[in-house]
Amino acid sequence: MIKMENVRKVYDTGKIEVEALRGIDLHIKKSDFVTVIGPSGSGKSTLMNIMGCLDKPTTGEYKLNGQNIKNMNDNELSELRNKEIGFVFQNFNLLPYASAYENVEMPLLFAGIGGKKRKEKVEYILDKVALGDRMDHKPNELSGGQKQRVAIARALVNNPNIILADEPTGNLDSKSGREIMELFVDLWKEGNTIIMITHDHRVSQCSQRIIEIIDGKIYE
Amino acid sequence: MFIKNIAQVFRELSKQKLRTLLTLFGIFWGTTAVILLLTFGTAVKANSSKTMHGMGESICVIWAGRTSISYGGFPKGRNLSFYKDDAQYLKEQVQLIDDISPQYTRQVPVKVNNKKQNFNINAVWPEFKEMRNMVPRGGSRFINPIDMEKRRRVVFIGNEVEKTMFGDEDAVGKLMYINGTPFTVVGVIIEKEQDGSYNGRDKDAIFMPTSTYLSIYGDRFVDNLVARAKDVNKTEQMKKAIVAAMAKKYRFSEEDTQALPIWDTTEADQFLNIFFNGFTIFLGIVGVMTLIVGGIGIANIMYVIVEERTSEIGVKRAIGAKKRVILMQYLVETFAIAAAGSVSGFLFSVVLIWGINQAPIEEFVGVLILNPAIAVTTIIIISIITLVAGWGPAKRASTLDPVVAINS
Ligand SMILES: Nc1ncnc2c1ncn2[C@@H]1O[C@H](COP(=O)(O)OP(=O)(O)O)[C@@H](O)[C@H]1O
Ligand SMILES: [Mg+2]
Repeated sequence: MIKMENVRKVYDTGKIEVEALRGIDLHIKKSDFVTVIGPSGSGKSTLMNIMGCLDKPTTGEYKLNGQNIKNMNDNELSELRNKEIGFVFQNFNLLPYASAYENVEMPLLFAGIGGKKRKEKVEYILDKVALGDRMDHKPNELSGGQKQRVAIARALVNNPNIILADEPTGNLDSKSGREIMELFVDLWKEGNTIIMITHDHRVSQCSQRIIEIIDGKIYE
Repeated sequence: MFIKNIAQVFRELSKQKLRTLLTLFGIFWGTTAVILLLTFGTAVKANSSKTMHGMGESICVIWAGRTSISYGGFPKGRNLSFYKDDAQYLKEQVQLIDDISPQYTRQVPVKVNNKKQNFNINAVWPEFKEMRNMVPRGGSRFINPIDMEKRRRVVFIGNEVEKTMFGDEDAVGKLMYINGTPFTVVGVIIEKEQDGSYNGRDKDAIFMPTSTYLSIYGDRFVDNLVARAKDVNKTEQMKKAIVAAMAKKYRFSEEDTQALPIWDTTEADQFLNIFFNGFTIFLGIVGVMTLIVGGIGIANIMYVIVEERTSEIGVKRAIGAKKRVILMQYLVETFAIAAAGSVSGFLFSVVLIWGINQAPIEEFVGVLILNPAIAVTTIIIISIITLVAGWGPAKRASTLDPVVAINS
């Protein structure tokens, strides 16, 4: 599903070049649950962004479902993100003026999915993350854990092949964090492919496979 | 979704009240300025050509002058005169002439009942009517060819003459003693606006057939001629041909500009056209400038909004929004702001135009009419300015690096 060969990422900040990834070789199969750990600044988010097609490697090959990212234009990458990938961010990143329902609906709007089908999907997925009774709430009317569940619902709603979560429990208290982790484990058990960055070692114990990144290199 | 976004724009705008207020006011005022100024310019132009045309449209008034070049054995400084048959002569000689009429003028005492007053009488041909816009009031007429042929003692009078001599009574069909000779009034001119004139205003004058006039007064000289070309655009050629024909008859140089002074109202029309078009364009530019300032304000506000929503834009891109979706969103939002300003400007203009039309200034500017061409022009100008104003911010929003944007 995910195949990286000698992926390097260099950030050219003008004065200095930062080599965030220094030759990553990685293979992730369908229905894996992978956690990525490592110190701050080691390149975890950079790797995640490349896996999620938000960014391209400076050198090296990245193939998603056998398709080489290098040859795709911005429109094709947007479509790929919309259909194949679900992002969950540390800061939830919900639209503040939109209700839970509208936030979850958004990927379907970009996918051009019609009214009735859209409604079914959104309601189904919000039920699934136990927010069926909070659909009309704005983000500022929800707790941190509830916000992250909305974000997860948004990531799931278009049935992606991969869910990418960058420190999804980083901004939550431990109780909400545990609940969110349980949700991810449930999703994995249903067959979803999950790749998650975390600082929390207890969290990584839940996963099948742990990848450690130090200084832009992978250690397993 | 769109509605939601636009509602959000207005919410974000409300956070920057002063800036938004100034910008909306800029667009509002710009719209009002463009519409009002264009409407004003158009109305003033229409009004002034209306009063100009009280004199007659594209006509030439020709006088006999004094030679300024010695020619054919004659010294310069010779006074020229028109004679009775000159009008007929020119009509036969110059093909370009459509209508021509001689005009004799003299001041005479007029008496009706016990009222006595001096008036200008003008002896002319029936052709004079069309050339000089002598429009008879309903139920009356100008002098006609039969009057000419039979030397009828009939007159066509100015509306002020009627008022002075007959008071509130209708003069048509009544008698009027001119130098003691009774004349029947056959027509009264309608009230008209007249800026230009020679021999006084038409409303104060009396008109009679040349045949009748000559049988009574027997003038040797014609005071002036009035002529009109078959084709307005050939007026210049007609004037040249008239000068040439008269130069041949009275033996003066065709180059002599003093011999035959001609007042060509076409020139005035053209000048007025250029002047008022320039005036309208100038007013339009002033309005457009105001709109451009408003447009800069909109661009500024949109940049601030994009800046504030950077992270949101990043998220949208991450979950699959294509660049053009983001671009469109911000363009539509820019148009929503511009629409809010310009619709209110539009309504305000309509009210203002209505208000101005109530004021007693019609004589100077005429009636203001917000014609569709002006409305459409204004909408097009606003749309272009809005598109230009919104393009930069929208382009920036759509080309943000999603990774950087999300983390901002
Ligand atoms: N957009 C960027 N421009 C320049 N340097 C960057 C950028 N993003 C990340 N980096 C650098 O790349 C390295 C890896 O960053 P990141 O992947 O965010 O690490 P982590 O997520 O593990 O904390 C860091 O040194 C960071 O400063
Ligand atoms: Mg990180």
